[in-house]
Amino acid sequence: MSTTTETTKTKSIWWVVNAIVLLYAFIPVVWIISLSLKPDATLNDGSFLPTKVTSEHYEAIFANDSFTRALINSIGICLIATFIALIVGTMAAYAVARLDFPGKSLVVGVSLMIAMFPQIALVTPLFKILTGIGLFDTWLGLIIPYITFALPLAIYTLSAFFREIPWELEKAAKMDGATPYQAFRKVIAPLAMPGVFTTAILVFITCWNDFLFALSLTSSERSRTVPAALSYFTGATTFEKPTQTVAAAAVVITIPIVIFVLFFQRRIVAGLTSGAVKG
Amino acid sequence: MSVTAPVDERTEDESAAIARQRHSEGKKAERRLGLMLVAPAAILMVAVTAYPIGYALWLSFFRADLRTPDDNEFVGLDNYITVLSSDIWWKAFGFTLLLTVVSVVFELILGMALAIVMHRTIVGRGLVRTSALVPYAIVTVVAAFSWRFAWSQGIGWLAGDSAPLTGQWSSFWIIVLAEVWKTIPFMALLLMAGLALVPEDLLKAASIDGASAWQRFWKVTVPLIKPSILVAVLFRTLDAFRVFDNIYVLTSGANETSSVSIVAYNNLMRGLNLGIGSTMSVLIFLAIAIIAFIFIKLFGAAAPGSDEGRR
Repeated sequence: MSTTTETTKTKSIWWVVNAIVLLYAFIPVVWIISLSLKPDATLNDGSFLPTKVTSEHYEAIFANDSFTRALINSIGICLIATFIALIVGTMAAYAVARLDFPGKSLVVGVSLMIAMFPQIALVTPLFKILTGIGLFDTWLGLIIPYITFALPLAIYTLSAFFREIPWELEKAAKMDGATPYQAFRKVIAPLAMPGVFTTAILVFITCWNDFLFALSLTSSERSRTVPAALSYFTGATTFEKPTQTVAAAAVVITIPIVIFVLFFQRRIVAGLTSGAVKG
Repeated sequence: MSVTAPVDERTEDESAAIARQRHSEGKKAERRLGLMLVAPAAILMVAVTAYPIGYALWLSFFRADLRTPDDNEFVGLDNYITVLSSDIWWKAFGFTLLLTVVSVVFELILGMALAIVMHRTIVGRGLVRTSALVPYAIVTVVAAFSWRFAWSQGIGWLAGDSAPLTGQWSSFWIIVLAEVWKTIPFMALLLMAGLALVPEDLLKAASIDGASAWQRFWKVTVPLIKPSILVAVLFRTLDAFRVFDNIYVLTSGANETSSVSIVAYNNLMRGLNLGIGSTMSVLIFLAIAIIAFIFIKLFGAAAPGSDEGRR
């Protein structure tokens, strides 16, 4: 057997394997898209792909305000939470990765504990506190917990990135008379931007995904985010079965994040695996 | 690379008293800056979580029911006795534990397979790596709805005429499927990072010595990537034990498919029984702490981030 047929054969085997991975990743996605396109009459045909296609369910979810409102809430809350978590997390991660200060292991330990703590345990107290200070069912009432629970992830990922940055440059800057703060702002921060950006993506996905807080710490359209809104979906009118409407709404909130992921794939992989395992 | 200590020692060895003093001033400035930079994050984390954690603990010793707000009183360990002798709790506990073990086992096996495919494939590597991330990024609730409809009688392409989400065991496997589908990529990525560290030469040498692919995997690769396996399994176990979203959407805990988080949620937000709900929350936390402890003691898994402080 010649080597060319050998490689062709290996290649085709790999294509089959790849095809299996693609099927695994996309079948549920294709199914929910297909469902969202099915007209009512064919909803119960049980077929994987729609036999007839309609866009009425997409029109329906945007026809009334509640879904658009939830979408705006989700985008606004997640962007603000990501932004603040990044600033605060970058500062802390720099200190953890680069500086020697008392209580460092305490900070790492506490953030680890928060990451492991069952969030369900915090829902009641947070609910009571937020009600008490009048932040229940507001943007801020969700932003604050999101920042808190994004911080351990941000600190962990960012400090792994920061360790990769060449020390010498900072030292050189200090030798040229820069204060530690200047060295941080002018030398390290620009070098760290790729890591910060990666962390931003991960934090944003985490916030966008949250269901438990969104469900328990909101009570109206004022601040309910999309994942929670989905579970309250009853269709555009009370007489309509919500199945395809839920599917359509699900597609709308999925497509942006899928595009996002496809676009930043490399960075996400780098972020998830950075510092996770190093010999 | 990032070890500071030897550098400091060298400075002290070589330098005179002045240099040492300047050095210690630098140290002081470094400490001050370190504390300053870390303070906002630390304060925020403590402010948002310390009081709630303490409050949950405190509530767990009280009869606190929002339906009878005037009847709050200290009951000692009564709530714990009530929960620990309740059938609902132990059924949910057993269900959660079984769900955790089964999902993590499947995730590990399939995640390893996916990691190897992503690492080894010679065609369409970018395509495979990118699409494998899709399940990770999809909102859990959306994926859960996709599975729920797929298994709904009449509507779903998988269900046909049966209604699997109305039975306990069939629901169990659907929840496992939803969990596993969603988290294989996470597992695979952590494992792939480990695979990247296995030296090619070692595998080639083993291959020349006549080791089969299977033997190379078990005798060379697995021992070398054991740290990544342990970290991945630990992360996932802690997460799986807290499962909430998937069950909430798929069954809402009907037909005895409640996880501990669902039971606690029902007591807190639906039943408004804060005392009992908080007790359950504390017990979930204890269970997670015990799982983490066992992992670290038994397998010597590095606690996630523990190398952070050391390096």
